[in-house]
Parts: sequence; C-alpha cells; structure tokens
Amino acid sequence: MIDKKTIEHIAKLARLEITDLEATEYSQQLGKALTHFEQISKINTDGVEPLLTPAEIEPFWREDEPKQEFTPEEMTRNAPSRAGNLFKVPPVV
Amino acid sequence: MSYRGYEAVIGIEIHVQLNTQSKMFCSDSTQFNAGDNENTSPVSVGMPGTLPVVNKKAIEFAIKTGLALGCQIRKKSVFARKNYFYPDLPKGYQISQYDQPLCEHGTITFKVGDQQKTVSITRAHLEEDAGKSNHQGDFTMINYNRAGIPLLEIVTGPDMRTPQEAAEYGRTIRQIVRYLGVCDGNLEEGSMRCDCNVSVRKAGSEKLGTRTELKNINSFRFVEKAIEYEIERQIDMVERGEKVLQETRLWDPDKNKTFTMRSKEEAQDYRYFPDPDLLPLIVTEELIQRMKADLPELPIARKNRFVAEHGLPEYDAGVLTAESDLAQFYEETAKVSGNFKGASNWIMTELLRELNNNNLEINDSPITPKNLGLLIGMIDKGTISGKIAKAVFLDMWKDKKSPEEIIKEKGLVQISDPSTVEKIIDEVLTANAQQVEDHKTGKKKNLFGFFVGAVMKASKGQANPEVVNQILQKKLNG
Repeated sequence: MIDKKTIEHIAKLARLEITDLEATEYSQQLGKALTHFEQISKINTDGVEPLLTPAEIEPFWREDEPKQEFTPEEMTRNAPSRAGNLFKVPPVV
Repeated sequence: MSYRGYEAVIGIEIHVQLNTQSKMFCSDSTQFNAGDNENTSPVSVGMPGTLPVVNKKAIEFAIKTGLALGCQIRKKSVFARKNYFYPDLPKGYQISQYDQPLCEHGTITFKVGDQQKTVSITRAHLEEDAGKSNHQGDFTMINYNRAGIPLLEIVTGPDMRTPQEAAEYGRTIRQIVRYLGVCDGNLEEGSMRCDCNVSVRKAGSEKLGTRTELKNINSFRFVEKAIEYEIERQIDMVERGEKVLQETRLWDPDKNKTFTMRSKEEAQDYRYFPDPDLLPLIVTEELIQRMKADLPELPIARKNRFVAEHGLPEYDAGVLTAESDLAQFYEETAKVSGNFKGASNWIMTELLRELNNNNLEINDSPITPKNLGLLIGMIDKGTISGKIAKAVFLDMWKDKKSPEEIIKEKGLVQISDPSTVEKIIDEVLTANAQQVEDHKTGKKKNLFGFFVGAVMKASKGQANPEVVNQILQKKLNG
C-alpha cells in the first residue's frame, strides 16, 4: 500500500486530477506493484553493476544532416486544438 | 570582497545551444527563422512509438567544449529522463544527463580587472531544448521548432564572490564557445542562456545561505546588475531577521530589480532515471584525441602569445583576441607587414573605427589583411608617409583596391629623392623671400616649422619629411 498523500503527490506531478475513490484504488494497485519490487530488491546485488541496457550493442550515431519529412500541417493535424500551425493548449501561466 | 560584513556565493549554469544543423535526437532542421512547427517530426513532438537517435556532431561539439574547459570526458555517460509536465515538453520528460554526465571536473581561469580568477566546472552535460510557448490570454500557443535542439549545460561550483566575477565568467564562456565554433553565443536570441545561483553568508562563515536562482538574463551587463541587486536584497532580509526563500527570480531591466517567478516550496521532483530508449553514450579514446587535436588556440593562450612573442601591450592583445576572426585578421596583417605593433595600431584604430561606423563584422571588411599588411609595409619602407597612408586606407576601404594600385593611380608615392626635394624647397624659399630674410637676421624666431609646412604643402604631402628637414637645415642654418 502507498498512502493517499503520495498518490496525490504523484497525480499532481503528472498534472492529473483524481477523485478520492480513484486515489484509494490507485494506492492499492501501485502498492501491489511496489510489493513486487520490494521482493526483487531483497536479492543480493553486491558487486553487480546497475544494468542500463540489456543489449550492449555498438552505439549508432546519426550524421548531422537535416531532413524535412513532414509538413507542419501533418504534425499538428492530430492536435485537439490549434491556431494556424501552432498547438493551442489551456493557459499555463 | 565583503558587502556590509557579508560574503556573496555565486554559481552559474549556462545553457549553450550547440549549432548543429539538425536536432539532438532526430533530423529536424535547427534553422532559426523557420515557420511555425516547420522543424518538427514525430520524434520532436513526442508521438508514441518514436525512438531518439543521437547526433554525432552534438557529441563532438560537447567533447570539444568539455576539453576546452579542462574537463575529464567520461568514456561511458548516460542519458536520463527528467520528468515534468509542461506543454513545451511534448514527451513529458526532457532527455538529459544526470549522475553520469559527459564532461566533469574542469576549471577555467580568466581575468577580472587585474586579478586572475579560477572557477571550477562541476559538469557539462548534453540535453535537449524544450519548445517555445507563447501565452495569449486564454490560451497558450506552442511551437516545437526548438524542441530537441542540442544544449550543453555548463555548471560551475559555488566559486564566484562578486557580480563582476560572474559576468566575466559568462563572457569567457561565450568567447570560448565562439572560438570553438560550437555556438554563436547570442544571449538575446537565446542561443546562450545564463542562470545564476546567489546566496549570502556572514563573512568567514562556512555554511552556505539559502540561494535564489536568477533566470533568463539576456546580457552579461544585466547578470552583473541582477546579482548586485540580489546580494543587497538578501543582506537586507537577513539583517531584518527575515528568511531568504529558495525561489526562482527574474530580472526586470527597466526597474533594475529582481522579482519572484515561482517559489520552490513544493520541491520539484524530477524522478530522473536512465532513458531506456538510448544506449549508454560510449566515447572512445580515439575520438577524444581527435577532438583534442582539433581544438583551436583558445583566447587566453592566444592573448598571452601576442604579448610574449609579438611584444604587444596586454590591452592590444585583449582587444585583438576578443574574437577569433579578428585575431586571425591581425595575424595575417602582421605577417605580411612584418610589423606587429604597426598591424595592431592600424587594426585597433583605423579598421575597427570604420567597421564600427559601418556596422560591419571583421569578415566583411572591404580591406583584406594582405592589403593592410602591404600598406603598413609601404610606410615602414618610406614609400609613403603615415599621413598619406591614412588617405590611401580610406580609398582602399571604398574601392577595395590594393595600396599599390591607389598610390599609382593617384601618384602618391613619397618623394625621397634629395634633388627633387631640393627643387621644391628652392621654389618655396624663392616664393617666401621675406620670411627667409627674417629667419636669417633672427628678426622672427621659430620660422623653421613654417618652411617645413610650406614644403609639405607644395609637395601635396608627398615629400619625405626627414629629407625635407635635412635639406632645409642645410639651406637655412648651414
């Protein structure tokens, strides 16, 4: 279980509005997930380096060449609201 | 430095926009004047299912800058997600570096007035820029052209003690990134952004006071003023027994004040974790060595060389090395003329004045370093006088011709042949018989200068003044 206060904090960071009922529900669900990780964290990992990627393959870097493969119209088409080719969102200040 | 018995502690974060052609993790153009959202793609607007691919040039620029700042380059660094929700950040996280940055443990030494100052560079890490939001009444408009442009964030230790040191640090970084050609250093357009952390403590105390962060200051002069104001404001609060709040403040250049942007009461919680979409950034020794070999001579070293090897005054050397292109122009001029101080004088007075008056950059100078060097050489050889050279210089500026061409066209070659000079002198003396008489009888003193002037005038300034002097001495006083 995670307490409701933590759930509310997480929701706030994610800019999510949640009801009391949802907070309780999520605290149980996330609590279960955490219990699972607690179990994993019991394994002794002394001397084991943190794994950053499971696939240690040769790094691939792109050459610095600009490309334009999409129009601004295409890129804004899915937006719920727009003004010209700008994304239009609720005020943030 | 003490302010009313207090000491200021200043640390600086500078975001340097690396001037690559394409973005950090996708191929969108980074061109500044593009139309709304023209430089976007599924990666930069954060569409689900897209994957970032690292830009090689950005890595190279970052390593170069790190090396110039004396940093150690990590052979294995890690991209991390910095999570926060704001509409200018389409993915809900910024790709940055956290506990394993590419560059760390550097130092930089520069001059503040006569004093050497060394500042530690804690780290310099790669990250992506956010988009631009424009608040219009009931809505906010978002343009993601800037989202994903590579940034190098350079972070100092809390090592500066005065606003002047802070401003000078900023100028030094700006000069270095411009020398390296990794950033144009334009604060007003935001290709370099400067955030200053400022706190005060009783002089002699070890414990750091609560700091405020001053953000988005668009000139180094304002950096100085904003910190100055902030130091006084914080001391006033402490003296009144109030608590300095940890907050972000902005500088208002019109009111000469800082003001609260947002407080950090609910401490930001960025929940950094390694970005699973990106492999660790592995940098080979070979690449580091290649970048090292590619480093240009940096401004401070170049300045010292101009003083030590060319015998230039420190002031001259400072002016000439302010920009890499100007230093290059000087070196070529000096090489052609074979006269270091002469090259420096002509560039610092005549050339910079004309460039300034015409709002031109050194690279747009209509006079080439070769031609300026030739002009100086002609003065040194006595082909033309210094005075005529100034007129030739202006013609060179206008007509973009070589000094030889102009001198030939206008017949400006200095007359040094004694018999020719003597002929002119004789004419002048005949025309001024009365003055010659007065001079000889001693009726009037100090007439010598009058004759020199008259001869120079008669020769249209072309007579070699030294030869004129010698012959006149002989004729009048001999």
